[in-house]
Amino acid sequence: MATAELHAHDAHAHAHDEHEHHELGFIQKYVFSEDHKTIAKQYLITGIIWAFFGGGLSILFRLQLGFPDMNLEWLRPLLGGWIDESGKLDKEFYLALVTMHGTIMVFFVLTAGLSGTFSNYLIPLQIGARDMASGFINMLSFWFFALASVIMFSSLFIETGPASGGWVIYPPLSALPQAMPGSGLGMTLWLTSMAFFIVSQLMGGINYICTIINLRTRGMSFTKLPLTIWSFFFTAILGLLSFPVLLSAALLLIFDRSFGTSFYLSEIYIQGEALPNMGGSPILYQHLFWFLGHPEVYIVLLPALGITSEIIATNARKPIFGYRAMIGSMMGITLLAFIVWAHHMFITGMNPFLGSVFMFLTLIIAVPSAVKAFNYITTLWKGNIIFTPAMLFSIGLVSLFISGGLTGIILGNSALDINLHDTYFVVAHFHLVMGAASFFGLMAGVYHWFPKMFGKTMNRTMGYIHFWCTFVGVYCVFFPMHYIGIAGFPRRYYSFTALANDAQNSFTDLNMFISIAAILTFSSQLLFALNFFYSIFKGKRATQNPWNSNTLEWTAPIELGHGNWEGEIPAVYRWPYDYSKPGSASDFIPQNVPFSATPESNLPEENEEIAKEKEIEGLLETQNGVYNH
Amino acid sequence: MTTDLENINYIDEPKETLSMNPKKFLLWLFIVSIMMMFAAFTSAYLVRKAEGNWLEFKLPVLFWYSSAVLLISSISMHIAYLAAKKDNINTLRIAISITFVLGLVFLVMQLFGWKELVAVNVYFVGNPSGSFVYVFSGLHGLHLISGLVVLCFAFVSAFRLKIHAKALNQIQICATYWHFLDILWLYLFFFLIYNN
Repeated sequence: MATAELHAHDAHAHAHDEHEHHELGFIQKYVFSEDHKTIAKQYLITGIIWAFFGGGLSILFRLQLGFPDMNLEWLRPLLGGWIDESGKLDKEFYLALVTMHGTIMVFFVLTAGLSGTFSNYLIPLQIGARDMASGFINMLSFWFFALASVIMFSSLFIETGPASGGWVIYPPLSALPQAMPGSGLGMTLWLTSMAFFIVSQLMGGINYICTIINLRTRGMSFTKLPLTIWSFFFTAILGLLSFPVLLSAALLLIFDRSFGTSFYLSEIYIQGEALPNMGGSPILYQHLFWFLGHPEVYIVLLPALGITSEIIATNARKPIFGYRAMIGSMMGITLLAFIVWAHHMFITGMNPFLGSVFMFLTLIIAVPSAVKAFNYITTLWKGNIIFTPAMLFSIGLVSLFISGGLTGIILGNSALDINLHDTYFVVAHFHLVMGAASFFGLMAGVYHWFPKMFGKTMNRTMGYIHFWCTFVGVYCVFFPMHYIGIAGFPRRYYSFTALANDAQNSFTDLNMFISIAAILTFSSQLLFALNFFYSIFKGKRATQNPWNSNTLEWTAPIELGHGNWEGEIPAVYRWPYDYSKPGSASDFIPQNVPFSATPESNLPEENEEIAKEKEIEGLLETQNGVYNH
Repeated sequence: MTTDLENINYIDEPKETLSMNPKKFLLWLFIVSIMMMFAAFTSAYLVRKAEGNWLEFKLPVLFWYSSAVLLISSISMHIAYLAAKKDNINTLRIAISITFVLGLVFLVMQLFGWKELVAVNVYFVGNPSGSFVYVFSGLHGLHLISGLVVLCFAFVSAFRLKIHAKALNQIQICATYWHFLDILWLYLFFFLIYNN
């Protein structure tokens, strides 16, 4: 169906004028839309709403951790029975809070909200395509996500509470409904929701890969792809290979829960009663889960890194340093992602030799990560830096990526992990390197592509305030957490009463500090929400290429219609990072400018490329054929 | 205008960046994700088996016959494809119908295979070695039902004369998926025979 409409644009406006004025109804345009831009905005706005819920939950348990004696009676109108008679947070609900915070942030915000938004939005626009390979599957992908969202959200309101076994839902805790209140209906809803979520991600992922491989505009070879597209490509591959494994794990868990099989359950007594289950293995679940769980970290992080590459090069007005090294390092990270999962399981009693193999592989990840960090810094080095809010968030990402990544080297050691496993040290590590870094990538992307998405600009001053509050706030929250972790505080505990050397007393102030910092950081996000929603409606009109950027999306009109470009899609002749090229009068040369038009700045090998430009032009008809078939 | 553009597809041009039909490519990616899912199941099987406490039993004999039926259905699927290629619409319709019926027969045989398992006291609930057999064959059966749906669409298209020598995409997609489901079952079956 989409192709029929695309055809109208392709075949030049004069032939099919009536198509140009054909307006879709409200439902087709904004609700069940097959347009990648609308779907991206749906993902973004759903993601932002989820982020506020997920963040809000963390504030609730931070109150408990920072102020264990506080009277929370004032929250009763909101939480009702989850505040117990003494005015404290219910203990079971505390577990539900950490579980839902993790689930929402990892899957619904940083997977769907980040990669769903920017893969959908940028892939067709940056590779020069009219839309995704299948608009229908793309639409389904969002609506499966919406369904998953509704189910997960509704689980917050049931009497027994949402899932509470941690976002990793290890059996037997999650497999036995009688194990804890949250393992009942809440867990069932969690699993149902995640099954839909996985289906949604798979449909999105196959679309991204297929679009990048098949629908690039003429001249857009793989070596001319912006790094954003490369990162979305690797992200989609990671998702395609790892999400089915999570689905397998979840299915077996569902069978154990609902049909009484024993894949993960073995010889268990519960409430003094022996269960009939024999011969299962809970560690099996951990293997399957972490085979997804670890790649998931990179599913969350890679898009943020790609967005950062693009924004840093644009705003440093310099070519990205080590374009191919960046691609290579992302490829390395993608490969390594699949063979390091057992570092989450060092203390499950695994063979120490196996542990050292996984430790070795884990530490190798430091190499591609360091390549990326150095390349960002060398791109910034002596650049003509323009500090837009997007640029600040990108530089912030590099900072968080380094400071969070360093502790990864410590945690990757199987011997050190014995001490640090499941402490706040781990919490601090992954919040910096994966949570906050990806969140900064998301924010950078929103600030950078907002003019393209909505044709308006966001308020800069508010952007700066938002950045500094968030940046300082995130460090204030997570840096002290390392010390708490080293002192031995385990994660997911409701309260601390008997740590060695009375540690629970000597760290009261620090926990209080973290909680206050968390509340302030969270509040400053309201500033972003205000800026975002206000600017959609009342923001200043954007120019076509506000950041003087090279990539193709900025050649499209400000008011993007279905099919993205009126008339022909521009061809691509050069890589996307020709910033401040010696000899050129302007400090950027967009990808669609042929070398024959810029003799003053061409390098000798680029002059040879001029001969190939005719050939790229010749591909026009083949390209139109794709959209008419 | 439209006819002009249709002709363009047959012009011999360098096709660098735009080579494969996106729909076919989508199918291959979908197949990859199904493969990963079953790879996870079979790996789980091996990991679990290595831990001991493993019930050993004979696989249903009927699985041999159902595998043969599925193999034959793959052949008839291929005949359908060849017929479409030669514009032999009648053969195409018959071959698709045969494939569909054989698919149904396969599913029924799998069900009776489960009955055989129950007869030797191997239930879905019990030692994981038995549960895995049910999971493998059951989930493969579910995927096969999705294959039958795809076949249905191809069947309707064949009757509406939408599949012919110049419109092979649909039958190719259908055939690829069907052959994949066939190979997937053979993999699962021989995996079970070898590792039981």
